[in-house]
Amino acid sequence: MNSTPCQPAGDQAPSAVPLFPLRVPAGFPSPADDYAEESLDFNRLLVADPPVTVAMRVAGDSMIGAGILDGDLIVVDRGLVARPGDVVVAVLDGEFTVKRLKRIGHDGFALAPENPEYPEIPLDGASELTVLGVVVHAIHSFDSAGRAQPRNR
Amino acid sequence: MTVALIDCNSFYASCERVFRPDLAGKPIVVLSNNDGCIVAQSREAKNLGIPRGLPLFKAREIIEKEDVAVFSSNYALYADLSRRIMDLLASRVPRMEVYSIDEAFLILDGHPGDPAGLCRMVRNDVFRGVGIPTSVGIGPTKVLAKIAAKQAKKRPDEVFAIGPSESAVDEILAGTPVKEVWGVSRGLAKRLAERGVATALDLKGVDDAWAKKRITMTGLRIVWELRGIPSIDMEEIPPPKQGIMSSKSFGRPVTALEDLREAAADYAMRAAEKLRNQNSICSVVDVALTTNYFRDSDRQYSANRTVSLARPTDYLPSLAEAARSGLEAIYKPGYRYKKVSVYLSGIEDKNKRQGELFDAPDPRKEAVSRAVDRITAKYGRDALHCRAARLDADWHMRREFLSPLYTTRWSDLPVAHAR
Repeated sequence: MNSTPCQPAGDQAPSAVPLFPLRVPAGFPSPADDYAEESLDFNRLLVADPPVTVAMRVAGDSMIGAGILDGDLIVVDRGLVARPGDVVVAVLDGEFTVKRLKRIGHDGFALAPENPEYPEIPLDGASELTVLGVVVHAIHSFDSAGRAQPRNR
Repeated sequence: MTVALIDCNSFYASCERVFRPDLAGKPIVVLSNNDGCIVAQSREAKNLGIPRGLPLFKAREIIEKEDVAVFSSNYALYADLSRRIMDLLASRVPRMEVYSIDEAFLILDGHPGDPAGLCRMVRNDVFRGVGIPTSVGIGPTKVLAKIAAKQAKKRPDEVFAIGPSESAVDEILAGTPVKEVWGVSRGLAKRLAERGVATALDLKGVDDAWAKKRITMTGLRIVWELRGIPSIDMEEIPPPKQGIMSSKSFGRPVTALEDLREAAADYAMRAAEKLRNQNSICSVVDVALTTNYFRDSDRQYSANRTVSLARPTDYLPSLAEAARSGLEAIYKPGYRYKKVSVYLSGIEDKNKRQGELFDAPDPRKEAVSRAVDRITAKYGRDALHCRAARLDADWHMRREFLSPLYTTRWSDLPVAHAR
């Protein structure tokens, strides 16, 4: 048997024996862990960045072409920088309005509705544009009878 | 160390503007509990000469004449917007410490790039993302950062780094009255002035031994901070006037409601102590719970609940009960919580409270509160534990000018017109 013989202390100075703290995991890994899934979380789906996300209620039908109907709830991300083609919530005449941001020509912008009954609003360059945020989701509820109320609160 | 203090401009008034684009640039005032007097004004209202503390009935004339927008304190809205700002800040600058409802310290050490540039970016993110304008002061210590923040409000770009040269720092300190130095109370400022210490520069230059004797170790730490030596921990900081925060991060994650309840009751007690020490009463208790944001492997959850009390109080059982009910409303099992905090706001001076017909203080409650103070002083905070007590709900605060709870009630969502 090969083993390191114990050395008598002899003329060697005693040395400290280092202790290596070992972290022993308390349990055993379970085969189910690899398959552990979380339930679908609607918050995660709809809200990418909670501190800068606001919910708003739509009043009017100028955006029905975009699939945003009167009474819908929209999820607005204030952290995203608006780009032409985005549906945005902008400030116009002291109120919030939902429109599609459109580029006109070289450096002009317009706020466009998605309903032929409403006019496009040209803006005098980016300086005139105040955007609250970009609309990332529109939620339409079909529950006209009001039956889908939260149970077990 | 490089530390920044980010401070919201006219916070309550700014909150009222977030969902009212028609009020941009207009004078706004916000009223105290029970719509008694003006507690906050927008810059435009300040410029009209409307001072803080003015009773509403005295301000009516100028309000009508100048078309000033008036709001009751909407604590739930302010608390939610504040939480958004703090969460946003924490995601940009991990080492941050919330100081009050509208101020936070950001420790910038280790961040690449120049501190002022980083602060401008953060400030911009807060304005774009939450809608609240802020100003930022930067310095080598918290006390200096706070002085810098005051300077920042006067600058157009609202970010100001004090120094770097000592002479540049001293120039600012020479122009700062000693009562504006963080941690210096009015009484202390008076005593210092009597001894020829009138400016922050004077205070910086005092003899250490003298300071330790005359203004205690706390005062000496303030002096060291003025000299650029970080010396003050969050725990020793005097609470701000608008709110009292009590919280702590747990060393190990906590999952059980029972443990969180105990922590919340404890923090409510500490906060109540501070409240009583400054002779104040409060009407809002905000409880917040968070998981560890930086542990990617943990499921994340953070929530808060604002509980408005029927009547402003300093009665510990009422505050503890409010904290408990707030906690239970937001607690979710299965999460590893890192922190619970209790924040008291809607603070008023106990003695200044205007007499109300049905508002006679209950002498038995006062006796209980005094007994609690005595026992705590003698045996320490842990001697007493608060058992659940019922909230009073005999009357409600008058809040005639309350704005909608835009971010916390589905029925109050701001409207986006599609026309």
